[in-house]
Amino acid sequence: MSEVAVDGNAMAGDLGEIFAVDVTAAVATCAGCGRAGVVAELRLWVRAPGIVARCPSCGDVVLRLVRAPDRVFLDLRGATRLELRVPSP
Amino acid sequence: MARAAVSGRLTWRVATLAEARWETATARTLVLDLPDWPGHLPGQHVDVRLTAPDGYRAQRSYSIASAWSGGGPVELTVQRLEDGEVSTYLTDVYAVGAPVELRGPVGGWFVWRAAQPAPVLLVAGGSGIVPLMAMIRARGAVRGRQPFRLVYSVRTPDDAYYAGELARRVRDDPGLDVHYIYTRRTPEDWPEPPKRISVATVNTHGWPPDFGPACFVCGPTGFVETTADILVALGHDPRRIRTERFGGTS
Repeated sequence: MSEVAVDGNAMAGDLGEIFAVDVTAAVATCAGCGRAGVVAELRLWVRAPGIVARCPSCGDVVLRLVRAPDRVFLDLRGATRLELRVPSP
Repeated sequence: MARAAVSGRLTWRVATLAEARWETATARTLVLDLPDWPGHLPGQHVDVRLTAPDGYRAQRSYSIASAWSGGGPVELTVQRLEDGEVSTYLTDVYAVGAPVELRGPVGGWFVWRAAQPAPVLLVAGGSGIVPLMAMIRARGAVRGRQPFRLVYSVRTPDDAYYAGELARRVRDDPGLDVHYIYTRRTPEDWPEPPKRISVATVNTHGWPPDFGPACFVCGPTGFVETTADILVALGHDPRRIRTERFGGTS
């Protein structure tokens, strides 16, 4: 069976569990090619043991999220920067 | 409201199926009672989690189909995928009165806000109509004046979700237009043969780029890529194009 590839929009729940702000609307800069784009547009592979999010431009892994029963492992080494919009005071 | 909808600890809650209806032969709308639902914005989604007797869990993300107006149930429309362990349960087994675990609303990017004055172009491929229908319903609920155009690509007339409601809204919601594309079989009196979305379709049934429309595209990955490429080629600002892709069958 082929993998069901979706996009970063589908990560909102798993990221919402650990972050106070919506990370899918954040702009991530890919460590591979330097493309800056919203996390919602990353390409997702969800049938891996965790979630693997790849850059739509170069295909490099930007983010990995693995859920264990009592903890979450988040690997962000594929993103050199994450730009989050926060409400102004 | 967006902040209110995503702030606080995101936890699983139990929804109960109040009623269900078939939109097509393979797509079922679930009307869920959710006590203490904080409300949602059109385009947001929820995660649904199923747990087997042996503890095995499966989780999927589904767009919310209904608009929120301060109360009432929350609707999801689920497309049955032949190999879908979650979708086949929700379409074929899940019974009225039964519970299901759900968390949300989540997602703050593929979202339309009623305060946005810009015209809106919605482009749906197959079950990608679901979050866009929530936007149409939200606009209808507040009698929004933003001009809305929906281009909806389906295989055959039998595959169109919400066909009756969309026809009624085109009549009753001023400033809403709907154009169908049939990719395999058209209605009998349709003026053109089956075809896929093209530059001509988007040019004719979308908005000119200088109107500065907000564009929302949702559907299978290939459909979304093609449509987004067409919009950019026609001169739309890529920052005004928001996309949501799903896998499974197109």
